[in-house]
Amino acid sequence: MNLLNNIRVAFRSLTSNLLRSFLTLLGIVIGVAAVVALLSIGQGVTAGVTSRVESLGSNLITIAGSRSFTPGVVGGTTSTLFYDDYTAILQNATNVLAIAPIYSSPEQVTYQDNTSSYQITGTNEDYFTVHAYTVSSGRPLLASDNDLRSKVIVIGSTVASELFSGLNPVGRSVTINNSDYEVVGVLTTSGSASFGSGDNSILIPIETGYTYLFGSRAMLNGQRTLSSIALSAATANDVNSVISQVDIILRGTHGLGLTDTLPFTVSSQAQALSTLSSITSTLTLFLGAIAAISLIVGGIGIMNISLVSVTERTREIGLRKAVGAPRRAILFQFLIETMTLAILGGVVGILLGVAISLLVSLSGLIHASITAGTIALSFGSAALIGLFFGIYPAYQASKLSPIEALRYE
Amino acid sequence: MIEVKDLYKIYSLGDSDVHALDGVTLKIDDGEMVAIMGPSGSGKSTLMAILGCLDVPTKGSYMINQQEVGKLNENQLANLRAHQIGFVFQQFNLLPRTSALENVELPLIYDGVTAKQRSEKAKEALRVVGLEDRMHHRPNQLSGGQQQRVAIARALVNDPAILLADEPTGNLDSKSGSEIISLFQTLHKEKHLTVVYVTHDPFIARHTERIIHLKDGKIVFEEMVKNPIAAGTPRPDEEIDSLNGMRKGKHEVRHEPAQ
Repeated sequence: MNLLNNIRVAFRSLTSNLLRSFLTLLGIVIGVAAVVALLSIGQGVTAGVTSRVESLGSNLITIAGSRSFTPGVVGGTTSTLFYDDYTAILQNATNVLAIAPIYSSPEQVTYQDNTSSYQITGTNEDYFTVHAYTVSSGRPLLASDNDLRSKVIVIGSTVASELFSGLNPVGRSVTINNSDYEVVGVLTTSGSASFGSGDNSILIPIETGYTYLFGSRAMLNGQRTLSSIALSAATANDVNSVISQVDIILRGTHGLGLTDTLPFTVSSQAQALSTLSSITSTLTLFLGAIAAISLIVGGIGIMNISLVSVTERTREIGLRKAVGAPRRAILFQFLIETMTLAILGGVVGILLGVAISLLVSLSGLIHASITAGTIALSFGSAALIGLFFGIYPAYQASKLSPIEALRYE
Repeated sequence: MIEVKDLYKIYSLGDSDVHALDGVTLKIDDGEMVAIMGPSGSGKSTLMAILGCLDVPTKGSYMINQQEVGKLNENQLANLRAHQIGFVFQQFNLLPRTSALENVELPLIYDGVTAKQRSEKAKEALRVVGLEDRMHHRPNQLSGGQQQRVAIARALVNDPAILLADEPTGNLDSKSGSEIISLFQTLHKEKHLTVVYVTHDPFIARHTERIIHLKDGKIVFEEMVKNPIAAGTPRPDEEIDSLNGMRKGKHEVRHEPAQ
């Protein structure tokens, strides 16, 4: 009894009851399609988040302190980053490619009749290196802007379109807190999602900010405060060494011992990345598990149909045995029928799943990533399900006694 | 050669046991043509199923060509059914929605025969039963007699030494039934097949050389037929009358030991 013949017999019996085979197939198709689509979408989200975090700048390290908004409160000073911390790190830390002090504050920004509130970020020229920002027109901030306390700003692409609605912003002036600032550059659009993108930000030289804009809010005990410090290690291997240098420097400037808790968060992009990817892969696994349930339900459908088929064809089994079919041949015949259903369902399900993933990608919300691994996994589980749920009915069929099977009504 | 010794088949139905076969001993030589007769419930179909290796006896010995069937495992039994025995059923038992040719090919599928050889052997078997022009017809496109001939072709396709039939004419009109028996006689004479069939029709039974009468699971007597009826002989008038209702009583009188 060769395999090809078995497959032919299986096909004939499947096509002789087309509607029933189709409905059974549907169970597996939906299950496999769900697995493929959900895993692809999950992996797409993971890849998207990862690449976006990576695009924030390579080897990025962020130092964040919780800024005290009420000067004079006891204890508030311990968790405030100062401009002097930035200077200390700039002077003492090695293997640092770029370092940017950051002071952010929401302000009303006006261009002609247009007024909106934006986050104004005071920083320096290194900010562009650290976050890998480029300008699409005009120029970035320069060191001389800080030296001269120039009243210039670089704006994100969203800000540009909102305030200037189509006009070229470079060279035009906006009003912030009653003084005029000249737009010298527009940032390149970084993406549709707002996560980590500079599209909504307005950058000004930090010295200009302290002098004209932030005022006393940015001062604590006569010192200039910072929201955070962003720095970029020279290479990926330097990230950990830079983090420990920063830790020691900050303890020094804030008079903390080595055992004290550092009231700042010093986090690297790698850490953020691993946290994020562990969240998204858990999510992917969860989606996959939900899809797997529908696959199992499909498998039970196959088993049900296979059992019905065995009962219906009891006489046929008896006859086949009477003309000399060994047990093995009957077992294979029914197993191949369920496997054929499962594999056919697997193939159609993969096509459908891929189609769904592509449609989702086309919608632009999520870019689904279909990997060979996903396809292999879902095809493998469809085949396994066919095998698993097919064995019992096939075994039932194979052990029938020929004369009893022939007499079955 | 078929040799059966002290064969019992006992079904337990709750408290009571039913002895479908109650100590049957018989011998059928190679190339013999034998009929097994008996009223309903006499155990003739049970005996046939055991002879065809479709069922196993409760106790007793069954030898085919000096081989003890009781000692064979399932695969060896399947092999025996495939190569030594051809079995014909009352209900034909053809696969529906499957052409005559493919029905005849069925036993060869389990025998590792190539598709081309299968088709050749099946066509030859269909030619022997006179249905080569109907080989692409499905069972529902064939008459009862033609269906039974397809079933006989299926039984013959593996060149077995023994042809067993359980009431082969039971579902056929008398003309088709007679044709089937003629076919058996031809096969018996030309191919030296051992032919054993069960019937409760004495006219059909008398086409053989020996009739074994079974009652209540026991052989009551064996009857040698001196001049077996030749194929194609018309049924005597009284037999036709008997078909109209009085058959049973008449036969029992008629078949008291003739010798």
